[in-house]
Amino acid sequence: MTALTRRTLLVGGALLVGIGLPRGARADALPGSLKEAPRIDAWIRIGEDGAVTVLTGKAELGQGIKTALIQVAAEELGLEPASLRLVTADTELTPDEGYTAGSHSMQDSATAIRHAAAAARALLAAAAGRRLGAAPETLTVSGGAVTAPDGRRIGFGELAAALEPDAAVPDAVQLRDPADHTIVGRPLPRVDIPAKVAGGAAYVQDIRAPGMVHARIVRPPRPGARLVSVETGAVAGRPGVIRVHRDGDFLAVLAEREYAAVTAMGALARVAVWQGGSPVPEPDDLFPDLAGRSAQRTLILDRGAGTPAPAGRRIAARYRRRYQMHGSIGPSCAVAEFDGDRLTVWSHAQGMFPLRKALAEMLGLPEAQVRCIHVEGSGCYGHNGADDAAGDAALLARALPGRPVRAQYTREQEHLWEPYGAAMLTEAAAVLGADGRIADWDYAVRSPTHLTRPPGAGQLLSARMLDKPFPAPPPKALPQPEGGGDRNAIPLYRLPRARVAHDFVADMPLRVSALRSLGAYMNVFSIESFLDELAEAAGTDPVAFRLAHLDDPRARAVIEAASGRFGWGTPLAKGSGAGFAFARYKNLAAYCALAVEVAVERESGRVRLVRAHAAVDAGEVVNPHGIRDQIEGGIIQAMSWSLFEAVAHDAEGPTSRDWSTYPIARFPDVPDRLDVHLIDRPGSPFLGAGEVAQGPTAAALANAIRQAAGVRLRELPMRPELVKAAIGV
Amino acid sequence: MPTLTVNGRRQVVAAEPETPLLYVLRDELGLDGAKFGCGLGQCGACTVEVEGRAVLSCLTPVGVLEGRAVTTVEGLGTPEHPGPLQAAFIAENAAQCGYCIAGMVMRAHALLRAVPHPSEAEIREALRFNLCRCGTHMRILAAVRRAAGHDPAATGATP
Repeated sequence: MTALTRRTLLVGGALLVGIGLPRGARADALPGSLKEAPRIDAWIRIGEDGAVTVLTGKAELGQGIKTALIQVAAEELGLEPASLRLVTADTELTPDEGYTAGSHSMQDSATAIRHAAAAARALLAAAAGRRLGAAPETLTVSGGAVTAPDGRRIGFGELAAALEPDAAVPDAVQLRDPADHTIVGRPLPRVDIPAKVAGGAAYVQDIRAPGMVHARIVRPPRPGARLVSVETGAVAGRPGVIRVHRDGDFLAVLAEREYAAVTAMGALARVAVWQGGSPVPEPDDLFPDLAGRSAQRTLILDRGAGTPAPAGRRIAARYRRRYQMHGSIGPSCAVAEFDGDRLTVWSHAQGMFPLRKALAEMLGLPEAQVRCIHVEGSGCYGHNGADDAAGDAALLARALPGRPVRAQYTREQEHLWEPYGAAMLTEAAAVLGADGRIADWDYAVRSPTHLTRPPGAGQLLSARMLDKPFPAPPPKALPQPEGGGDRNAIPLYRLPRARVAHDFVADMPLRVSALRSLGAYMNVFSIESFLDELAEAAGTDPVAFRLAHLDDPRARAVIEAASGRFGWGTPLAKGSGAGFAFARYKNLAAYCALAVEVAVERESGRVRLVRAHAAVDAGEVVNPHGIRDQIEGGIIQAMSWSLFEAVAHDAEGPTSRDWSTYPIARFPDVPDRLDVHLIDRPGSPFLGAGEVAQGPTAAALANAIRQAAGVRLRELPMRPELVKAAIGV
Repeated sequence: MPTLTVNGRRQVVAAEPETPLLYVLRDELGLDGAKFGCGLGQCGACTVEVEGRAVLSCLTPVGVLEGRAVTTVEGLGTPEHPGPLQAAFIAENAAQCGYCIAGMVMRAHALLRAVPHPSEAEIREALRFNLCRCGTHMRILAAVRRAAGHDPAATGATP
């Protein structure tokens, strides 16, 4: 990588210092992640050869962020997207942007890169202007050069020396006019797909470092079990096995070849003797157990408290959600190398900087001696086993200095040990006034935490199992406005009186953490199901009922677009039903309205999503196909969650150990038609869209099942047995 | 030691005959296209072709492949010069994380070899053995239709 070179520029024989960039810009006034990293060269570097490198602290998780970030930088710098190099999350090279999570990448990173690139363009133009004796505003920055009206041009490489390395992005940056955009807003093909369809190096699982060894872990038979004894001699003596590693309850085997590690792991598991475990509620007791645990209540909305309780018809409902899993197709993997002094880890976790902190704490190393580099893995959809695998690779690399160690989980390990999406309970009650509108609203969501990620070493699974264990930090609730279990618990609808409470349960019988959209999936399912129940009680069409309670024109626009494109109100065949739902993710990111048609087989209870029409407003669109694919994927994934998925468990722990015990949607289950309509808002801030479809999908399905089969389902997942029981067949 | 023909090249491999093909491809032959997903034959991420038929390489011991032709996704093209089916996947943006995609490409390749112009139901039925978690299904279906020469306008997905 070529860093920006020292700010020195010779003009007319004089060494000039101090190219006019405002100094000491107030970082808190800067947009996106510039607040944390205000320097231009944190984001954009121009080499003496003219090559431009874009840096981001965010990671490609399959959401297409690489492509979108390149588009944003290329637009501002007037470059061909293919000419840019992009470096993603790396603790040694990129800004610290925390986690790649919460649909924040565009608003944080793309906003920062856009402004940094525009500031770099201004510096290039200013430097060229001095060289050419021309006013910067008369110059064109395009094609890797700055060109004067008379045709004289200077390449970026020649100007690189004129750019100071520590220049900050000024408060006011002239961005390109959206009307002139030629790259942003266009469906640039994803830059990462060719390697993925043709066997190119794409994933951390594909790293083949010289001298690399293969590790497999042996996990306890149930959470909380302790390793009483293990006779390792026979396994350690197997051909190709380098060693068996044990530290407390952390047990692993290292081998020269991968399949030798696989078979040795099986042999080791057979000789390991475990005892005890932490009890888990039986599936039938799951909801009473959750309801009975002590909780800390926070009133997150209390509106109209001084006004008298209105008269009217009171309606109430309770909803519930079982544990669900990320279920990455590729089990987690990491590669780590320890040279006796420094540790380097290649990981597909969502936060390289928090991971570095956790690894440094676990190994007792200064953070400066740990480097974490993001390499893509299988899609994670939140906090899966990636951090744990990085922890395991790091422990084993320390045990075998000088050789890169590749730790690869099995399918069973990923399924049984990943932190799940939490089981949750909600209660909604409302008073319908004489005008058919909501006059009063009460809502409570009861949930464990939705975030047990690093930086704490105790958030790494194996760190808890060591001879000197790192205990799991106490679970925390995430604060509003984004929230955790209470994410999207406050409706966007006009409610004259409303109370919303978050009952945070610190206990976690099963390990849980962030799963795409956190509590929003359940809260939007509950609120949007309940809205339909209220509309039905009021004798009003559910779409009209929503519009009657919404003032935000952008919310109204997506609802009108989705219902219009769906053909809302057109009668459907017997056994089919239409359902509608809406949400603005976190009440501050993208808007999504969704209309679906389902077919319900009464005899089997099987529900099929036949078609779905979504309308989405994610602010300015950088890559329409990128957003479309996030929405399509979100709808299909949430359909799978909502119709098929619950973690099976018994009193000893989870029993969903593979795809037969945790079935997910397959090709015959996906809809005949899936239509995503984007409402582009050029010049408006980016609004993250990666998680916005999850909640609306669940509610739209429940609402459509109500219309198709006449039954109201209030539990996720809405599996056939639940549908059959509700129908009474 | 078994002799395999992979992507047209005969290769002697050092692995024991009971070693699943997947580990030989990835660990010994440096072909990383086929992916480890479950090792149980449930997800299809490891799908390759043997004599033109889709096979789960995580379950297939190399010992039974003596003298049989194995094709992996690397045998269909390269990132720089993708084959027609791979080009269809690129054109349709038919990958999000993409971890399942090499398996999808191979499953679709085997289908199109047997049924050059499959119906929608035939495509879905063939692909049902392969799991995708990102929800890229509509794009994958569009890519297979495109490769089969179907009218892209009739894809049933957003253009």
